[in-house]
Formats: sequence, C-alpha cells, structure tokens
Amino acid sequence: MEVAKVENVSRVYKVGEVETYALRDVSLTIQSGEFTALVGPSGSGKTTLLQLFGCLDQPTTGRVFINGQDVSRLNRNQRADLRKGQIGFIFQFFALIPTLTAYENIEMPLLLNGMSARQRHERVMELLKAVDLLDRKDNRPDQMSGGQQQRVAIARALAPNPTLILADEPTANLDTTNGEQVMELMTRLNQETGVTFVFATHDPRVIKYARRVITLRDGSIVENGAGPAR
Amino acid sequence: MWTYLKMAYRNLLRHRRRSALSALALAIALALLVFMAAFFKGEMRSSLEDTLRLSSGHLQVRDVDYDPDKASVAWSYLIDKPFDVAQKIASLPPVRVATPRLFASGIVSVGQDSRGVQIIGIDPASEANAPYRQGLVSGDFLTADDRNGILIGYPLAQSLGLQVGSSLNLLVNTAEGQVDEQPFVVRGIFSTGSSNYDKGIVLLPIAKAQTFSGAGDRASIIFILLHDREQAQAAAAAITGASYKVLTWQEMNELLVLVNDFSNAYITFLNLIILGVTVTVIVNTMLMAVFERTREIGILSALGMKSRQIITLFLSEAALLALGGVVVGLLVGSALSAYFGSVGIYFGDLGVSGMIFGDRIYPYLMLEDVLRLTITAFVITLLACYYPAQIAARMEPVEALRAEK
Repeated sequence: MEVAKVENVSRVYKVGEVETYALRDVSLTIQSGEFTALVGPSGSGKTTLLQLFGCLDQPTTGRVFINGQDVSRLNRNQRADLRKGQIGFIFQFFALIPTLTAYENIEMPLLLNGMSARQRHERVMELLKAVDLLDRKDNRPDQMSGGQQQRVAIARALAPNPTLILADEPTANLDTTNGEQVMELMTRLNQETGVTFVFATHDPRVIKYARRVITLRDGSIVENGAGPAR
Repeated sequence: MWTYLKMAYRNLLRHRRRSALSALALAIALALLVFMAAFFKGEMRSSLEDTLRLSSGHLQVRDVDYDPDKASVAWSYLIDKPFDVAQKIASLPPVRVATPRLFASGIVSVGQDSRGVQIIGIDPASEANAPYRQGLVSGDFLTADDRNGILIGYPLAQSLGLQVGSSLNLLVNTAEGQVDEQPFVVRGIFSTGSSNYDKGIVLLPIAKAQTFSGAGDRASIIFILLHDREQAQAAAAAITGASYKVLTWQEMNELLVLVNDFSNAYITFLNLIILGVTVTVIVNTMLMAVFERTREIGILSALGMKSRQIITLFLSEAALLALGGVVVGLLVGSALSAYFGSVGIYFGDLGVSGMIFGDRIYPYLMLEDVLRLTITAFVITLLACYYPAQIAARMEPVEALRAEK
C-alpha cells in the first residue's frame, strides 16, 4: 500500500529575481512499512522532500499524495489536520516544547487529536515504556540528555499512531552511542508497529540501518535501491 | 482550554521579570484609572450634594420675574406672604421641608476693611438650615427674634479678624434702590466645608433681613427639599400659582450637569490614552514572545496545531498577563480610593465661581466604574494582543522551523 507519493514534483525558491530549484521533477513512492533513508549532500533536496511528504510545504509543480489523498493544494488548516493524525516528525534539533515535561510533550499530539484523558494517559505511559523513559516522564527537556530528548521526540511522533514518520537527520546532534540507540529504537518500532519511517541523513552509520536508500543530488533522484539492512 | 492556560502560564514564567513588569504596567494603569474615576465621581457627587443642600435645594419657587443674578429685593421680584406659601407647599407629600429665603447683596465692613457678600435671610427654625447649624465652629445659631445678630462663614471671619461677639457694619441694597447700613454682632461662625461658598455669604433671621432691606413680608424664593430628589418633576407639577415659577434642581444646576458630562467625556478620553500606552507595553512583550518562539510555533504547527489554536495559545498568555495586572490594579486602586474616601484630599478653596466645591474631595468608588474599567482594560489588552497572536498563527511551519532557537 502506498503511504506517500510524489509525482513530477519541483520546488522552486525565489530570492529576488533568482530562482533556485530545491527539487527538480522528482517522482517517488513510499510503501507501507518501509524504513527508507534519503541520502545526499547538503542542498541535495532531502529536507525539502521530507517537508513535502510532511505537508509542511507545497510543491511549485507536481502532486503529493498521502495515503492516496492528493494534498498538493490543501490549505493551511487542512494540512494541519492531516499532519496531526497521519504524520509524525522527528527533527535533528530535539524539537520538544521546553515548558512541557516528557509526558506532556508526548501527550500534545493526542490532545490535538481530541483523545480522552484516560486514553491519553494509557498511550503516553505505553510510549514512555517503549522508549525506556518512564523514570524521566516528569522531566523537562533541559533536564534530559540529547539522546533522551530525541527518544521523547520519537515517542511523540508515534503517539497518534501515524502511518508515516519523517525524521530529518535524527542523529545529527547526537554522539555515536546515543545515535545508534536512537536508530535501533526506530528500527525496533518500525518492525513492531509496522509504521513507515523515512529519514534524511548523510551519515554512513545511520544509512546502514536503512532497508531502502534513495540518493538525491542537486534536487534530483540519482539512485533508488535496496539499503544495507535489507 | 486547561492545556492552553497551563502552557501560557509556563511560558510567562520563562521570563518572569518581563512578564511581571508588563503585568505591573497594566496594574499601575488600572489602579490610576480606578482612583481617577473615584476622584472625579467623588468631586462631582459632593459638588452636587453641596449645591443642593446649600444653594439650590431640590426645588425653588420664585416670582416669575425674579432674576437670581441681580439678587434684587425690589418688591416686584419677590414672593408675597412667603410663610403662607411655604406652609402650603410643605403640606405636599413629596416635600420634606419648604422655607422662605431672602437674598440681598451687601458689603461687610470692619474698620477700613470690607468684603462684598450675599445676605441670606433665613427662618432660623427651619431644618433646611442644618448645614449651617451643624457647621457651627463657634458661637450660637440665630433665633427668629434676634435683631442685631449675624452668622458669618469661617473664611470671612478669618480674613476680617472677626470672632464671636465682634461687631461689624453691614451695608445693604434696599428695595427702594437705596443703601442702608447697620451694625451687627457676630453670633456664630460656621463652616459648611466649602471655603469658596462660606467666604461670600452672611446669614440673618429673615424677619431682620426683610426689615433691613425694606422687602417687607416678602422673600426671594421658597427653598424646598424633597424626600426623594428624583421626584422633583412630579413635585414641581403639583405646585401651582400664577405668579410663581417652579424650578427643579436639574434646571437650576445646568452648569454642574454640563461639567459632569464634560468630565465624563474627558475621563473616558484620558482612560483610553492611559490604556493605549499600557497596552503597547503588553503588545511589545507578546511580540517579543512570538519572535523568540518562532521555532516552537513551527513545531506545534508540525504537530497539527491549527491557526485558531495558536491564536488561542497566545491570547491565553495575554489573558493571564491581563488578569494579573487587573487584579493587582483593582486591589491597589480600590484601596487608595477607600483610604482617601475616608480621610479626603485637601484642596482648599479651588476658586471656581458658579459652582460649589468642598475644601476636601472624598473619592467615591462605584461598582459600575470598577466593572467598566476592569472589563475595558481586559478586553482592550486581549484585542491588542490579537495582533501578535495572528502573526504567530500566520507563520508558515516550514519557515518557522528554520528559525534560530
């Protein structure tokens, strides 16, 4: 089943009179349950592609589909609705809300989805256990290490049971040990829950976990094949 | 909503000093507005009360040709047999007291010193004289048959160096257009609480004033107090007489009503200026918060928070700031108003002619003013903070996520 698809997508940024192509006529399909790495040097278009899959941005030309729905021309609130139920994000900066505890950060997408208090509590506790942070549930981000924060972010991304999780350089700000722990956690969750992971990286230690690797350069896909983990 | 308030509260605590200063700005402004409202209300209220009890009463019956500015005692301007008229009016149910008064212009002289005064002939027995009787600073009140006694105000006594028992000469413009002069003895010195009023009047028993001025058995007005001043129109309609005119307190104090209306408009304008300046401080705080938290807004948006929800989050912060400021401001403003409302603020003789003001102004806080100001301050703050909240809500998530932490 197709979870995400882009068809002939281009994304052009205009600065003054100068047009820069971040993506150029890209077509790609992501199937359910994939664990896929988008790789390539800085400026190759990895993050832009993730943002289009995540409905954070819209293509200049071409179409984007999420779970079969064309999302290319949805308005801001329709895209927000889609994100809160179907898409989870993990960012390279540990994108937690600094005033909320680990528990509350994970709870936030559930609140936005209108889940009842009892269901929220059960789900958050389940996720805290899954990422092995039960003892840190009342800690705020500044009371946790980078690795712990990223595990909270992973739990938050999983919270509403999305079909797709997008991770933009999830280990870029972590040391080797923490980076590997995060990747192993993502791999385990992918296998246990079947949720689709697409992550952008240029770190070979991260690429080795991917079962599919898509290489981008100058906004175009130059390679699309099986990854080392297959 | 609880989640928004919780997040808003914690966000405000991130910059405690900045949040506290913003709330303080609103608190100071609201305290000032509450106190100002109480001050002006107290001033206008006491001015009206003083005017009614000392000068105009609730109703006055005058001869149709009487002109109060001339204070003439020419017979054609006066009411004949005023005690009979007053007695008839006093029998009407809404009337508490009706008493004749005679006004004449005169000059008090002591040695080489003299002052222009208004001579008021009163019926000493009438309860309408309570402000003078209760305001006696020294000496005794007049009696109806006193033929050379006079009551003078405290500031006049001070300026002329007079005491109880002192003698003075009083010169009067008579009914025939002549001038008469007689010596009097100061029986008592009074203070009504308004130096400006007290320095310009002297009181004589009406019988003596009639004889002295040549008015005969006549009076300038019938001074009437009602049980309820709001019944003035109805009571005026019940008083009949072809040669009289009946004036209500509203008609006699048009200037006061006008000043009251003007001061209300002036205060409203001033309130808006003060609130405008204060709200600018809070809007600035909220704008700083929006720009500092651009990336967080991006994260929340990525999680699926809609524009409306982002606006609610920032308006919750504004509401908490406003609430803190409003509560403190209300307490301080009410405490100041209550304290000065009991001890008063001394201004002395304001030197305003045409209106009676007390030497002390007692702020008077009304619940409706408190509610109006509180709601206005709260609503204006929220309305103004809609602007930064909307900036936050309009941020493109992809741009916001790129922002520096």
